[in-house]
Amino acid sequence: MDSNSTPMGLANLDIFASTLMELAANDRDILVTTSDSRGSGKLVPFADKFPDQLVEIGIAEQNLVGISAGLASMGKKVFAVSPACFLTARALEQIKNDVAYSDHPVKVIGISAGVSYGSLGTTHHSLHDFAVLQAINNIDIIAPADNVETALAVRAAVHHPRPVYIRFGKKAMPILHDPQVHFEIGKAIQMTPVQDEYDIALLAIGEAVAPAYFASQVLAEQGLTSCVLSVHSLRPFDEAAVEHAVTHSKATITVEEHSVNGGLGSRVAAFLMQAGIFHPIHIVGIPDEHTVIGSQGEIFNHYGISAQGLAKTALQLLHKEAV
Amino acid sequence: MITTTHSTSYFRELQAKSLLYRMTLLKLIHAAKAGHTGGSLSCVDLLNVLYNHVMDITPENFSQRNRDHYVHSKGHAVEALYAVLADKGFFPWSDLETVGKYGSHFAGHPTRDIPGIEQNTGALGHGLALTVGMALAAKKDGLDHRMFTIMGDGELAEGSVWEASISAAHYKLDNLVAIIDRNTLQISGRTEDVMALEPLEDKFKAFGYAVRHVDGNDIAALVDLFDQLPFEPGKPNLVLAHTTKGKGVSFIEDKAPWHHKVPSETEYEIALRELGLAEKDLEAVDGLE
Repeated sequence: MDSNSTPMGLANLDIFASTLMELAANDRDILVTTSDSRGSGKLVPFADKFPDQLVEIGIAEQNLVGISAGLASMGKKVFAVSPACFLTARALEQIKNDVAYSDHPVKVIGISAGVSYGSLGTTHHSLHDFAVLQAINNIDIIAPADNVETALAVRAAVHHPRPVYIRFGKKAMPILHDPQVHFEIGKAIQMTPVQDEYDIALLAIGEAVAPAYFASQVLAEQGLTSCVLSVHSLRPFDEAAVEHAVTHSKATITVEEHSVNGGLGSRVAAFLMQAGIFHPIHIVGIPDEHTVIGSQGEIFNHYGISAQGLAKTALQLLHKEAV
Repeated sequence: MITTTHSTSYFRELQAKSLLYRMTLLKLIHAAKAGHTGGSLSCVDLLNVLYNHVMDITPENFSQRNRDHYVHSKGHAVEALYAVLADKGFFPWSDLETVGKYGSHFAGHPTRDIPGIEQNTGALGHGLALTVGMALAAKKDGLDHRMFTIMGDGELAEGSVWEASISAAHYKLDNLVAIIDRNTLQISGRTEDVMALEPLEDKFKAFGYAVRHVDGNDIAALVDLFDQLPFEPGKPNLVLAHTTKGKGVSFIEDKAPWHHKVPSETEYEIALRELGLAEKDLEAVDGLE
């Protein structure tokens, strides 16, 4: 299967909404709270079908999270849905105190995450969410790679006993996994065959998994083997899978739709250094600069989050050239 | 005018509890060498009447959902809440000796680690949205229990209070009771000098509340007012409780620095003596009856 033969699916957001519809039909305690974001959250059908299970809060993210925590404290299974950019910045204190510190298992859902709203500019980008949430105790962090991971993540979240943050993009995604793939919060999924040795480890999260996976196919054409991991959970963090990938590879690239500061790359680097694993590593993400404007795909290409871009970075790393 | 039918001795008992709570919270703050003296003393009569007269919350029913619920939005005044919860039997009085100590669960703001506390608070402007969520859950499930919260007046400068107010009215949460501890002081001085809040009644009415004024340090007036809940069907309830910051200790009353000042040894002894005299007065009146 290569990038040309990989079937296209829907946006992860569509799968989030349809999965929630299925689950809510059998569980009246499932509630969705939104900040005037039912349209962008693809939740209009949900609102039409289950009007009593959608609570509109209006454009007020702090209130959205506070009310969601209050509902959860009364036993409701609450999906608090709002654009990731506003939700994890404006309502950060409510996420920290009312959800994480208070141990209310709200499902904090960041929609149109990363640079999904590419051309709308930095106000609408969430390139900070992994960083700020990793610094807050007691909230799990998930970014599904494709439709399959999305459906499984939403199902896992319903009964998840801890607060959890899940982010989704709005663009149609290639289907990377078999529907029967084993998904467990906190366990990375290896997408290439397990081997004793690889040329390159490509550790990716969320919608950056697809370009990492396709980069491995470009590299394979040149006779290079890759260990591609979908690290869908940043917390809990799958140290064992990362250690396997890295210690069996000559070099490692981390890939994320997030600032290069404080996301997957930083997490992997900190883990490796503290585990005494000294290893060539390169963090690919959005650099520390004003982000270029364009579609999500254009921004990805601009910063090398593409099959060709990542393959080039891999070759540079393997040939010990400056990246 | 007080219209209640409760006996005089009933009010005397509640007044005696307020004195006990005042002595306890001063002792806590003095021992921990930290705490919020002024705001605890201003809201303690409100907490007393809520926990001992209005709300159906006991250690026995606390694990159940179908009871009244309370959120201490002005979390810094936790010492008053600790005194009330100990008296209600949520934990032994002796637990309070650990307040603020290394490794204790009794922090300087409420947490759910403490039996009887429902929500972790301390950052201002969070309690009302939590209470709205709780009240909404009750409405959705057709339960008739009520959700109470006490906010400080300085806290009203937080925009999140007004976001939550909009939604309380939108969802017609007449099972929600928001109480403002209107002591007119905050850490830097008069609320009206720091960031003017008035006309508060007009503002809250415009946001859709049924608003009532009360002397928040007058036990009988509080009993009488809360007996009238809900004030207007279909509207969230808002109580503007006019209080005195530091109420009960003459040299602490209405003084901004006592927001979080800790009494010295001498001040502590004088304060206890004042409260002791008040207790004797109360007993003397009881003796006449």
